[in-house]
Amino acid sequence: MSSIDFLTDFLSACLRLTVPLAFAAIGGLLSERSGVLNIGLEGLILTGAFASAAVAFSTQQVWLAIAIACCAGALMGWIHAYLCVSLNVNQLVSGLAINLTAAGLTTYGARLLFNTGTVALPPLSSLPIPVLQHLPILGVFFQQDLLFYLLLLLLPASTYGLFHTQWGLSLRAVGNAPKAADTAGVSVARIRYVSVILCGALCGLAGAYLALVHVQFFAENMSAGKGFIALAALIFGRWHPVTTTLACLLFGATEALQLRIQAFGLNIPYQLLAMLPYITALFALAGLAGKATPPAALGLPYAKEKR
Amino acid sequence: MTIAYRQAVLKSGLRAALSPLIAVAAALTVGALLMLLAGASPIAAYSALFRQALTTYFGFADTLTKTTPLLLASLGVLVALRAGQFNLGAEGQIYMGGLGSLLVGLAFSDLPMVIHLPLALLGGFAFGAAWGAIAGYLKVARGLNEVLTTLLLNYIAQYLISYLVNGPLKAANAPSPFSELVAPSAYLPTILGKTQAHAGIFLGIALSTLLTLAFAITAWGYRVDAVGQNPVAARYAGISVNRTILQVIALSGGLAGLAGSSEVLGLKRRLFENFSPGYGFDALAIALLSRGNPAVVILTSFFFGMLRSGANVMQRSASVPVSIIYAIQGLTVLFVAISLALEQQVQSPKPDS
Repeated sequence: MSSIDFLTDFLSACLRLTVPLAFAAIGGLLSERSGVLNIGLEGLILTGAFASAAVAFSTQQVWLAIAIACCAGALMGWIHAYLCVSLNVNQLVSGLAINLTAAGLTTYGARLLFNTGTVALPPLSSLPIPVLQHLPILGVFFQQDLLFYLLLLLLPASTYGLFHTQWGLSLRAVGNAPKAADTAGVSVARIRYVSVILCGALCGLAGAYLALVHVQFFAENMSAGKGFIALAALIFGRWHPVTTTLACLLFGATEALQLRIQAFGLNIPYQLLAMLPYITALFALAGLAGKATPPAALGLPYAKEKR
Repeated sequence: MTIAYRQAVLKSGLRAALSPLIAVAAALTVGALLMLLAGASPIAAYSALFRQALTTYFGFADTLTKTTPLLLASLGVLVALRAGQFNLGAEGQIYMGGLGSLLVGLAFSDLPMVIHLPLALLGGFAFGAAWGAIAGYLKVARGLNEVLTTLLLNYIAQYLISYLVNGPLKAANAPSPFSELVAPSAYLPTILGKTQAHAGIFLGIALSTLLTLAFAITAWGYRVDAVGQNPVAARYAGISVNRTILQVIALSGGLAGLAGSSEVLGLKRRLFENFSPGYGFDALAIALLSRGNPAVVILTSFFFGMLRSGANVMQRSASVPVSIIYAIQGLTVLFVAISLALEQQVQSPKPDS
């Protein structure tokens, strides 16, 4: 394999592994910017993966599967929002409940639905962009599927939305100073609901990408900690969409690297390589410690009468 | 103390006991609906589950076997919870504890049991505590939230054990990845003949009693609770909050580590990869459900152990997939969270405006 080929191949793997992380991390970022901690990303991704696999398996309609995954994620997001915003449940406990419930329900559902042995799902076909796809190395950016391009759109859209629109201002205000936002006439509850539901929908897309693009089947707990890595990425990226996506790229690259090393058959046990993304995330967080300031009201329920 | 006041105390105590029960009942009801979805009879399934787990000799022994690691790990999570710390890393600490006990169990072959077994348990405790202390250190010295670090450490521990039993610790001629047997002098003895039920359950009950006492009468227990209830006030009262947090997370990891020890020394007698089927995550559910009460944890762990032990028979006789119990456990946490929140809303009535 020539070095150009290797680089192209590696970059392509990086991108594929980054996409689900980035969708989930941007979703988590929206939730946390509005003041709602969301350790349920993992469960939300899993929900999306299962929903998309179930629909794709029974209808063979890829786009319908993606839409349903998005809705299923949003629905779980709504549950998290209901628990955290309306009932003031401890946000960690609620996120944990989302994770455990999603893991249990999808495993059970998979046993019922896919009990026929191996299940091959229809793939999400790639959509090469003419001319640009033939660029050396960078061409891989233009040979991807629609979800990838959607992510490329989401990046500037979420940055613009967060920092240059009324809605973004309200969202950040609700996460930093809910009292002030409330006094200014912004509905804290409504903004938090919308952000958390949006987060669920984006995690649903992340799950659909895992199930339909990465492996084309559903496996129990196939999210395998991706939600937690996404959480690390958004802290490392300091709650900003661009830097968060770059952090996701770093973790995606680590995973791509370990897969490449495995493929080369070097004499390194795969378990040590498989640890790499988690170790990288841990070191990234430890190195950053003290420099990242979370939204001031993160994790705190807001109760009007306590003003 | 007026009679009305006594009644109020009694009432709130009743409510505290009642709401977890309601949560469990709600989870079992949703579980029943899920069974209907699969075309199975919930009554047949639940009766098979509970009859197997409680009334048969081998089933009951299996329930005890499954209760043991759940109890030990839950005590760990609970200690951290009392200090306001969320230890989501019990799973990883179980793996490290198993490793620590295995190493001590393999290291000596001619020690008397009264020395070797405690030493092996101590090894598991130490490894679990060290693994927990990493998250504790990152929290105290670097301000990193323990939730995410403990979660990430789970994956690292699991891969580490997998590497060790596939490589350096793999038994000679082993057909699948597992280690050599520990020396018999490090075995936790079997307590019910011809079954796998082992003395780890007594360790769990003893530690639960010890913790109940510690929280009720010692200054240490008071410190932990003070840090958990109000760290700022605790600091003004002269309590070193950071030191308490570090201590508690290490202790939490150590107790979860003992769950791994009991699996290795009592049940498997060697180290397997993926030997914990998610006990560390159940432990969180159990600790929450028990409201931070180390005595109640015994009952709650037993209930979860029962679900796990009866599930296989339920699958065979009522053809409901085992994974239904994971759904029920997840739903239990969900409903417990809701019941806690509703209760708080009842207890703190809104001011008249």
